[in-house]
Amino acid sequence: MSIKKIRLKATLFALPKLFAVKAKASATFRAHLNQRNCTVQIRLADNSVARYFTFNNGKITSKAEVHPEPDMTMLMKDLDTALTLMTPPVDYAETIHAAKNFRVNMVGDEEVIAWFMQMANKLDSDGWKYGEQMADGCTRYTQMTNGGPLHVYVKEGKIIRTTVIEFGDDDPGTWTMEARGKKFTPARKGKVAPHSLAMKSVVYSDKRILHPMKRVDFDPDGERNPQNRGKSGYERISWDEALNIVSKEILRQKQEHGPGAVAIAHPSHHQWGNVGYYLSSLMRFGNILGVTRVVLNPDSWEGWYWGAMHHYGNSMRLGATGGYGTLEDALKECELMVYWSSDPESQFGAYAGTESSERRLWAKELGIKTVHINPHYSPTAAFTGGKWLPIRPGTDTAMAMAIMYIWLEEDLYDKDFIENRTTGFDEWCAYLRGEVDGTPKTAEWQEAETGIAARDVRALAREWGRKKTYLGCGVNGGGFGGACRNASGIQWARAMVMMMAMQGWGKPGVNFGNLSVGSPVDMETYFPGYGEGGISGELTATGSATNNYVRMPHILTMNPVTQSIPRQRLPEAILEGEAEGYFLDPLSIEAQMRPFQYPAPGYSKVHMLYRYGGSSMGTVNSSNRFVKMYQSAELECVVSQSIWMEGETEFADIILPACTQFERWDIGEWSNSAGFGFHWVSQLNHRVIAVQQKCIEPLGESKSDYQIFWNLTKKLGLGAMFSEGCSELDWTKRVFESSDISKHISWKKFLKKGYYVLPAVADDQRTAVDMRWFYDGKPKDVPEPFPLPGGYSHKYLHGLQTQSGKFEFIPNSLKRLKPENEERPALLQYRAPFEGYASGRPNKPFPLQLVTPHQRFSFHTAQDGKNAAISDVPDHKILIKGRYYWIVRISEADAEARGIAHHDVVKVFNERGAVICAAEVTTRMAKGVVHSYESSANYEPLGEPGNSPDIGGCVNLLTPARMQSKGTVASAGSLCLVQIEKWDGLAAFQEADK
Amino acid sequence: MKKWNLIVDVERCNNCNNCLIATKDEYSGNDFPGYSAPQPDLGTLWLTVKRHERGQAPMIDVSHYVETCNHCDNAACITDKTKDAVYKRDDGIVIIDPVKSKGRKDIVGTCPYGQIFWNEELQIPQKWTFDAHLLDNGWKEPRATQVCPTEALVAIKATDAEMAQKVDQEGLDVLRPELGLSPRVYYKNFGRIQSGFIGGSLYSVKDGIEDCLENAAIILEQNGAKISEAKTDIYGDFKFDGLEINDLIYDVKADINGKTLKIAENIKMSESVFLGNILV
Repeated sequence: MSIKKIRLKATLFALPKLFAVKAKASATFRAHLNQRNCTVQIRLADNSVARYFTFNNGKITSKAEVHPEPDMTMLMKDLDTALTLMTPPVDYAETIHAAKNFRVNMVGDEEVIAWFMQMANKLDSDGWKYGEQMADGCTRYTQMTNGGPLHVYVKEGKIIRTTVIEFGDDDPGTWTMEARGKKFTPARKGKVAPHSLAMKSVVYSDKRILHPMKRVDFDPDGERNPQNRGKSGYERISWDEALNIVSKEILRQKQEHGPGAVAIAHPSHHQWGNVGYYLSSLMRFGNILGVTRVVLNPDSWEGWYWGAMHHYGNSMRLGATGGYGTLEDALKECELMVYWSSDPESQFGAYAGTESSERRLWAKELGIKTVHINPHYSPTAAFTGGKWLPIRPGTDTAMAMAIMYIWLEEDLYDKDFIENRTTGFDEWCAYLRGEVDGTPKTAEWQEAETGIAARDVRALAREWGRKKTYLGCGVNGGGFGGACRNASGIQWARAMVMMMAMQGWGKPGVNFGNLSVGSPVDMETYFPGYGEGGISGELTATGSATNNYVRMPHILTMNPVTQSIPRQRLPEAILEGEAEGYFLDPLSIEAQMRPFQYPAPGYSKVHMLYRYGGSSMGTVNSSNRFVKMYQSAELECVVSQSIWMEGETEFADIILPACTQFERWDIGEWSNSAGFGFHWVSQLNHRVIAVQQKCIEPLGESKSDYQIFWNLTKKLGLGAMFSEGCSELDWTKRVFESSDISKHISWKKFLKKGYYVLPAVADDQRTAVDMRWFYDGKPKDVPEPFPLPGGYSHKYLHGLQTQSGKFEFIPNSLKRLKPENEERPALLQYRAPFEGYASGRPNKPFPLQLVTPHQRFSFHTAQDGKNAAISDVPDHKILIKGRYYWIVRISEADAEARGIAHHDVVKVFNERGAVICAAEVTTRMAKGVVHSYESSANYEPLGEPGNSPDIGGCVNLLTPARMQSKGTVASAGSLCLVQIEKWDGLAAFQEADK
Repeated sequence: MKKWNLIVDVERCNNCNNCLIATKDEYSGNDFPGYSAPQPDLGTLWLTVKRHERGQAPMIDVSHYVETCNHCDNAACITDKTKDAVYKRDDGIVIIDPVKSKGRKDIVGTCPYGQIFWNEELQIPQKWTFDAHLLDNGWKEPRATQVCPTEALVAIKATDAEMAQKVDQEGLDVLRPELGLSPRVYYKNFGRIQSGFIGGSLYSVKDGIEDCLENAAIILEQNGAKISEAKTDIYGDFKFDGLEINDLIYDVKADINGKTLKIAENIKMSESVFLGNILV
C-alpha cells in the first residue's frame, strides 16, 4: 500500500476522534455535533479508500467501508486530491480547483452536507476568541458601519451602547501636516457619522420583522390577489413554509415562463461589509439562481458620468475626480474655496463620517476664504461661514458660463494650460461670446436665470480668477452628489470641469476638493472594498477580477440570464412590458452609449420580484409608480427580504426577516468602496479595518441575508455551491487572508482585537497631487490604475483618457455620437431645467422649486423611520402632538405668502402626489426654493396607496422620473416643482391619530 | 478638588448631533442603578443641540450649541425640599437619585433652564448625569464629548481656580448668569448667539454696469459718535458684529472718495440687520 493511501486512511480514521475530542472540550461544538443523526460517506471514486461515519445523538461510529445508503457522500477522484483536501489548513485554491474539475463532489442531502462541512470548519473556528471584557461587566465588540467603525458594548446578550473607537498606544502613529507655518494632526479616533451612533436604536426598533410572514390573501396554490398588495395584512408562517413557497415559486417561474422570469431588485446600499453586501452574497445568490437583474444607474454621479467624463476621462470613477494629495495642497496653497452645491458636513463623503470636519476649521485658521453657491444655506455654510450666493437650483450652469465669460474678457485664465493641455477652446469662446446663439454669456444674462446679481458674479469671477482656488462640487468635493442630480446636472458637471481647465487644473492650489479627500494615508496596501464583489464570484458586474478573485480563490458564478432592467424604469418594465436602459460601464468613455432593451430577445418577462434591502419608495423618483407596479397582476409573486417593516415591504406576498449587521459576521474597511470610489480611504485620517463581530444573536427568528440565501439554495440543491461549506465567519477569515493586512497581523490577533489601523506613510512617501502631473506635462504619477492601458491615445501614462489626450472643451466622444444628441450636444449649451425655474415662464400651479438632497442623519433609509434615535434630532424630524413629521424648509417670504408659520403642518404637492411635512421657516432658503431631504424610510399613505397623501415624508413621490437627457439613464430627481399649503386635514387626522 | 466642567465652543460646532445621539444611545433602555433609570426612547432629550439664525438672506449666519443640565454649584434643584433626592457630588456632578425621586414631579419645575424631564412611565424626574456612571468606571470623558469630531464640546476636570482662570482667559459665558446659579457648562464664542450684527452690501453703477464696491470705508455711529469702522470686501459686503441686542439706535455711514454718505439711519438693534444692497 502506498504511503499516500496509508496517510489518507489514517486521516479518515482519525477524523471522528478529532470530532470527539473537540466535542468534549467545547459545548458549542458539541451542540453542533448533536444536531443531526446521519451517515456521512467519504471515499475515493474507485472505492479503494472509503470510510463512513455514523452520527447518532452525538456519538460517532465509523467503518472503513462503502455504506449502501449514506445521507451524503464526499467523493474524490484520486489520492492526491483527497490528501490535499483532507489536510488542514484548508487550501481554498486547491479545493475550488478540484471542485471545478470534478475531482471532488458532494452528493446527497443538502442539509447534511452543510452541517458536515460546517463541522469540519468548526474544528478550527470553534473556540476562536473575540470580544474584550470591560470593567462594567460588558463585552466589547467591533463593527464597521456606513459611517465608520464602532465599539459595541454588550451585556447579557443585549447591546448597551455603541461608541467610537479611540486608538491606543498599540495602534500606529498619526500623520502631521505642515501648512503656512502651522502643524495639523487629526485626533486619534474614528470620527463617525451621526447615523452610526443611532444603530442600537434601529437594531431594537419596534419595526423589526421577527418572523417570516405571508400576506393573508396570497395563496400560492390558488388566488394570489395581487391587486391587494399594500392593503391586506400578514400572517406569521414558519421558516420552512416560507422557504418552501419561495423555492417552489422560483422553479415554477422558470418552468412556466422560462429564463428571466425571476428578477432581483435591491437598493444602492444595505449594510457594510464584504460578505453580506449586495454585491457579494446577493450577487452570488442571483447568479446561482439565474435572474433578471434590476441594475443601478450611476445614481448620484449623473452629471459627472454622462457629462464631465467626456471632457477629461476618469470613466472608472464615473467621471468624478481622484483627489490624491489635495488635502495638503489645499492647506498649503489654496486661497479661496468655492463650495458649489457641496455640503460635506451633511453627506460625510458618503462613508467617511465626520473625519473631515476638523480640517475645515484648519482652513479657517489659515484664512482660506469660502464661498457657497447653493439655494440652501447648507450645514457646511453654517459651519465655515463665508459668502453665500443663494442660486436658483438647476441654473448653476448659467452662472458658470458667465464666470468663464468674464475670465475670457478680463484675461483671468491660464493661457499656457489652455494652449498646451486643452482642445476646442476657440469654439468654446465663440459660444461664450454669443457667436453661436446670439447671446453673450454675460453676468447680466445669467442674472435672469440664477437670481444672483451680475455684480456678485463679476466679483466672484474676479476673486476666483486672481486667487488660487479650490472648487468643491458635491459630496466630497470632486464629483457625485449635489446639483449633478437635477435636470441640468449634466450641463453643470461639464461646466465645472471646464472652469477648472480654464484655471489650470493641477496647478498648486488649483484643484477640485473641499478638504474631504486626499489625506496622506497608505494607498498601496490592499484590502478589498465592497465594489470588489466580496464572495460573489461575479467577474464582470463587480470589480472582483482585479484583485479579489485571484487573492481569495472562490467559485466563479455567472448569471445565465443576460436580461436587465434599469432601476429607474422598473415600474414601466412591469406595467408597460418594456423599458430601455444604458449600462453603467466604467471601462471606457464610450461604453455608456450602448442601449439595452427589456425584454431582452428570447427571455421571459419578469413575473416574480425578489426584493432585498431598503425602500425604493424613498430613494427612487416619482415613486408612486411603484405602488401601481406592485399591484399589477404581471407580478405573480413578490418576495421581500427585509430587516424592517417600512417603505414598500408591505407590498410583498412573502416577507423574509433579515437581521442587522450586528447580528452576524462580516469584515470591512472604513470608507473602502473600491470600484468607482477607488481610494476613498483617502477621506480618512486613518485607514481602519474591522472584523464586524457578531455582537448579539439575531432577534426573533430573523436570519442573516447570507443564511437566508444558503437555506433557499439548499432547497434547490445548490447549497454547497452557494456556500462552499462556509459560514459567514469562515468567509470573514477568507477575506482577511486575501488582503495585505494578513501579512502584518495574525488572524487570531486581529479577530481578538477586532480592528487594525494601517500605519501612516512616511512624510516623503505621500502620493503626488491629483492632476499635477498633467499640469506639469509629465507621465501620470498617482496610484490610479486607469485609464486602462488601451485607453490612452498617447504613450502609456501620457495624457488623459480622451481621444486627444488633452482636456477637450468640445468632447470628441460626444462628437462621434451620430446623430448628435441635441439634449447632450458636444458643444455645451445652457438650457434651463425642464422642471425648475425658467426665466420668463410662470411656474403655475406649482411655483416652488423643491430641492431634495441626500439626507444628513440617516444613511439613505437605513436609520430613518423605525422610531430610531434620530427621530429626535431637531433637524431631522419635528415632533408635533405625538407624531414625528418630515421637514420641509421654506423661506420667510414664501411662508408668509401662504400664511404658514414655523412648524405648521403643511401639504407639499404637485401632479405626482402629496406629502405631509412640518414647515421650517428659515432665513436659510432662497426665495422661491424649498428644501426637503430625500430617502425617507417610511411610506405611509393616508388612504388608498398611490392615490392619497403620504405622511411618512416620502418626498420622492413628487420628483420627476424623466431622465436629464435622452440617450442616458441620468435621473433628474433632485429638483421638482411643488406647491405648499397649510394642511387642512390636520385636525381630523390628529383626532383619528389619537 | 477637581470638578467636571463642560465647554461648548459655538465656533467649532458643525451641528452633527453626534453628542445628542450618543447621549440618547447611552440612556435609552439602560438602567444605571444609583445614577439614572432608563430614558424614554423617544421624545426627551437630556442633551440637545440648539440653533440660532442671525440676519436676513443672503447675509446670515447660523450657529449651534449644546444645552443640557448645567450641574450648577448653586443648583436650583437642590433645596430643603428636594435634598433627600437631589445631591451634588464632590466632583461637581449633580445627581437626581432615581429611587428616592420617585413621584417627585415637583423637582422638574425647580430647574430654570428646563433641563429636568419627567418620565411619565417611571414617575421620576430625570436629566443628564454627565455620564457619572461611566466616569466612576474609569472613563476619561462623557459620551457626548468623546464623539465630538471638532472639539466643539469638551469636558474638563479642573479645580474651581483653574476653571475661573480659563473663563477669564477665553471669555467663557454661562447661560443666564443673572440667576446666580454658578453653572458648570460654559460657552465659548457665545457672541454668535447673544449679540447681533449690522451688515450691508454696497455697489455702484458706472456706464450702466453695476459693480460691487470694494474697500469702501464704513462707519458705525451711535448718537453721532463713531463706534466702529469696517471696509467692504470684494462683494461690497460690510458687517459690524458683536453688537449688544439692547434696542439702541445706530447709524451707518460710508466714506467714499472723501465724501461721507449716509447708508442707513435709526437702526434699532433688536435683532441682526442686513441693510440690503445699497447703491452708492
